[in-house]
Amino acid sequence: MAEFPEELHYQESHEWARVEEDGSVTVGISDHAQDELGDVVFVELPELDSEVVGKQEAGVVESVKAASDIYSPVSGTVIAINDKLEDTPEIVNDSPYDDGWFFKISPTDLDELASLLSAADYKKSCEDDAH
Amino acid sequence: MPFVPHTETDERAMLEAIGVTSIEALFDEIPAQLRNGQLVETPSGLSEMSMLRLMSERANQDVIGLSFLGGGAYDHHIPSAVWDLASRGEFLTAYTPYQAEASQGTLQLIYEFQTMMCRLTAMDVSNASVYDGATAMAEAILMAVRANKKSKSKRLLCAGNIHPHYLEACRSIVSNQNIELEVIPYRDDTGTLDLDYLETRHGEDFAAMVVGYPNFFGGLEDLDHVTDWAHGGGMLLVGVVNPMALGILSPPGEWGETGADIVVGEAQPFGIPIASGGPYLGYMCCKKAIVRQMPGRIIGRTIDLDGREGFALTLQAREQHIRRAKATSNICTNQGLLVTAASIYLSLLGDRGIYAVASRSHANTIALVDKLTAIPGVRLRFDGPVFHEAVVQLPAPAQTILHKVAEAGILGGYDLGLVDEGLSDCMLCCATETKTDEDLSALATALSQAIGAHSADI
Amino acid sequence: MLIFEIGSDGRNATAQFEEPADVNDIPTHHLRQGAAGLPEVSELQVVRHFTNLSKKNFSIDGQFYPLGSCTMKYNPRGAHRAASLPGFLNRHPLAPERFSQGFMACLYELQEYLKDVTGMQAVSLTPMAGAQGEFAGVAMIKAYHDSQADIVRSEILIPSAAHGTNPATAVMCGYTVREISVTNEGDVDIEELKLAVGPQTAGLMMTNPSTCGVFDRRIQEIADIVHGAGGLLYYDGANLNAILGKVKPGDMGFDVLHMNLHKTFATPHGGGGPGSGPVGVNDKLSPFVPTPVVGQRDDGSYFWSDRDQLPLSIGRLSTFMGNAGILLRAYAYARLLGREGMNRVGEYATLNANYMATRLEQAGFQLAYPDRRATHEFIVTLAKEAKELGVNAMDFAKRLLDYGYHAPTTYFPLLIAECLLIEPTETESREEIDGFVNAMISILEEAHRTPEILKAAPHTMPVKRLDDVKAARDLDLAFKGDAN
Repeated sequence: MAEFPEELHYQESHEWARVEEDGSVTVGISDHAQDELGDVVFVELPELDSEVVGKQEAGVVESVKAASDIYSPVSGTVIAINDKLEDTPEIVNDSPYDDGWFFKISPTDLDELASLLSAADYKKSCEDDAH
Repeated sequence: MPFVPHTETDERAMLEAIGVTSIEALFDEIPAQLRNGQLVETPSGLSEMSMLRLMSERANQDVIGLSFLGGGAYDHHIPSAVWDLASRGEFLTAYTPYQAEASQGTLQLIYEFQTMMCRLTAMDVSNASVYDGATAMAEAILMAVRANKKSKSKRLLCAGNIHPHYLEACRSIVSNQNIELEVIPYRDDTGTLDLDYLETRHGEDFAAMVVGYPNFFGGLEDLDHVTDWAHGGGMLLVGVVNPMALGILSPPGEWGETGADIVVGEAQPFGIPIASGGPYLGYMCCKKAIVRQMPGRIIGRTIDLDGREGFALTLQAREQHIRRAKATSNICTNQGLLVTAASIYLSLLGDRGIYAVASRSHANTIALVDKLTAIPGVRLRFDGPVFHEAVVQLPAPAQTILHKVAEAGILGGYDLGLVDEGLSDCMLCCATETKTDEDLSALATALSQAIGAHSADI
Repeated sequence: MLIFEIGSDGRNATAQFEEPADVNDIPTHHLRQGAAGLPEVSELQVVRHFTNLSKKNFSIDGQFYPLGSCTMKYNPRGAHRAASLPGFLNRHPLAPERFSQGFMACLYELQEYLKDVTGMQAVSLTPMAGAQGEFAGVAMIKAYHDSQADIVRSEILIPSAAHGTNPATAVMCGYTVREISVTNEGDVDIEELKLAVGPQTAGLMMTNPSTCGVFDRRIQEIADIVHGAGGLLYYDGANLNAILGKVKPGDMGFDVLHMNLHKTFATPHGGGGPGSGPVGVNDKLSPFVPTPVVGQRDDGSYFWSDRDQLPLSIGRLSTFMGNAGILLRAYAYARLLGREGMNRVGEYATLNANYMATRLEQAGFQLAYPDRRATHEFIVTLAKEAKELGVNAMDFAKRLLDYGYHAPTTYFPLLIAECLLIEPTETESREEIDGFVNAMISILEEAHRTPEILKAAPHTMPVKRLDDVKAARDLDLAFKGDAN
């Protein structure tokens, strides 16, 4: 059974966003997504200090059977990337919401979060996809 | 009907099992007006005996005594074992190794080929091959644009003395993606790249620079300088390299401070017959950091359920059958059979062998040039070191002279007037290790006579 | 054992090369400083190594190979022999025309036969594989629209079940891709298509029969809709074997197509290539065909038709003129079959597929389109078995290897769950097909009784199931051991 933590924001393209105490936004992919992908073999992350734009491609997550684009939930500057993913990409499968985070953004406009989905809505969109 | 094993009994039994009375009934879903596909123009079938007789007649029409043609397809001795082994049904009629457990022969062989190409070029990774040298160059251009994250440019600098067919093919393939190739001119005296011109482009944003080694004229560029210059300008360096030349020449992974980024070329010299132009063997190698941008199939070594070593296709997620519209390329096949032949060839010859073949080819070409330039009116067109081809200038249009030489049963060289009007009195000659001293003299004699006859004509 | 792990320092096949020569006239900075690290083995060791490697392969010569969409028919040895005649093998691609007439005659005639097969007006033999043929086809569509100054056409329509090369090719040509759904009967969704076409439509790429193994009966309507919107229709020739001699793509309304000679014309697959993907076009697109093409003069002699004769061509796609040796094999095949032979290929391919589908259905397997005729291939879905027994298509495929059969295509097309796409081809006998069906029945029984056998299959191959994940995570793409 996939998990959908309540406090996160989601996109239909299966990324989650968490607003941290310091106002930065952490991004990763959902439990449902890692399950669909299968064993993650590689993650291509955006470069540190690069600009990302909301709803546009910021990276790629690759498994044996698929390579999916990662769409940034919000616009801003990339202030941190999870370099553990280089040697142990499998932590995305084991811990998609914690240790398997992808990158952190310093957002330009937190209002962009309003267009993201709640846990309930995202869960529903996953169920709709299945049919 | 050839190759269809069905007897009348078979057919009847099968139709009965299906529950129809004729094969035609199986096509009843197709609108009647479309069921009109019978061939009409094509002649009736031949027995294998008759077909081979016809083909022999056709093949014999094209036989000529001696050839000094190069220009991207090179005549080297092919050990008998190469095609004896490569023609084994298990290699010849196997498919793409998608079911890895049933394809370990092909997969291991490709892994070994990848290893050999990496070692020869001193690069980190190689793929399982692409169609030919020209398309390898096109794929390298697309790859360089993708891989160069620091440059947003879709412009590349490209050596003007690279094989003209390669440049043409690349333009056909990359132009639809708005990629532009800007040509670097070559010097009139050496045929090598005009490095002063390069300096004038200093500071401009190009994704990569593409150079040939040897260049189309057989000449050797100063690639340490060029590589560092390209890297200094934020460009990737793409080398288009005849891998046989690497038997004696410095490998691209060692050019300049940090080496070439992408190396491609035509591996036909490794055990593949010139065969009227194909099938050949494009190879692609690159630095580890950009391996995920490399198109085509790649074989990786892994283990099975029992921990035993095995080989499988890997990094498939980048390929067309999974990534579809976002694939690195639309490429599907590699040149499997030719990889097999090349691997066998390289295994037989080893470092010592290709050193011998490359050095003897070089020496023969130098000897040929000496004999030809001893003829009055004939001179070497470009100064500078060459690998195994050279441009020889004649005192008359190359087309005319070559035509006369052909009457003596010899193809003396390639008429460069076909690619550059300014070189219409020049021919590109190649003498590989297959040529004897008598062969070289035969060309010299025929050329001398052709020139004499031509002067007499005018 | 890798070839690098056998042999000994200083060992080579010394009969194969002579003494090295001096290279003192080349400046030192151009010269290689150390050996590369190629194998050091004797000639016998090489022969043994590769002979034993070959024995680890499945091949058409060795096993029944019902890979859907791949057309694994017998590769006639006579064709291989014909293409390997010294006159063809030793001919240099840059040899002058007058020393190339024999070779060019074969190519010219092949061009003519392929026009006959497809109902097209012009053929170019240069693309070196299906994917390159597709590229040429879509590039010609673009060239056509550009020549009409019709530059708003930016989109290619592709059915969702299409082969991955189709969308990849469209993007390579600078187009965006829009997917059209496929109905439950396996046909293109006409209503969706009508809504999708417009002034932005450059064309539609599809194949018929489709990747679902069924014939799209409304093809003429599809053609009218796309043409009506000003777009062009592209035919992916991967499934041509189903209709060879029965239906011509030109009659179906297609403007441009590619063929896969390594499928339909029985040229050898070689462990992954080489292929050959000639293109055919109607009059509208014939100015744009890739060069060179073989032309014939009034006196019967042949010439290379290049940029001078075809100024609007999309250009050259290869160093010389494509995979010449493969074209010669295809030509030999066409001469062996002749028109009567080729006219029956589609018939027997279809007979074999329908027979196999019937027998499998009767044995309890679920056909994806049970109410449709099989064409040259058909789909079995193992979704029920996956759900009830926990064994999936991959497990069936691996277990088939133990029975001495190469598995059919698995997990393609993507829209049928747990699918096997099965194509016997016309060169297989009834007994071979029965043998395969019996194996499938046996494996189904095993799936009920002892599913572990399937899940851990194969058991009798040189290796057991391989770790794909490790292969992609810990990239080992070249042997790093003893280099010198």
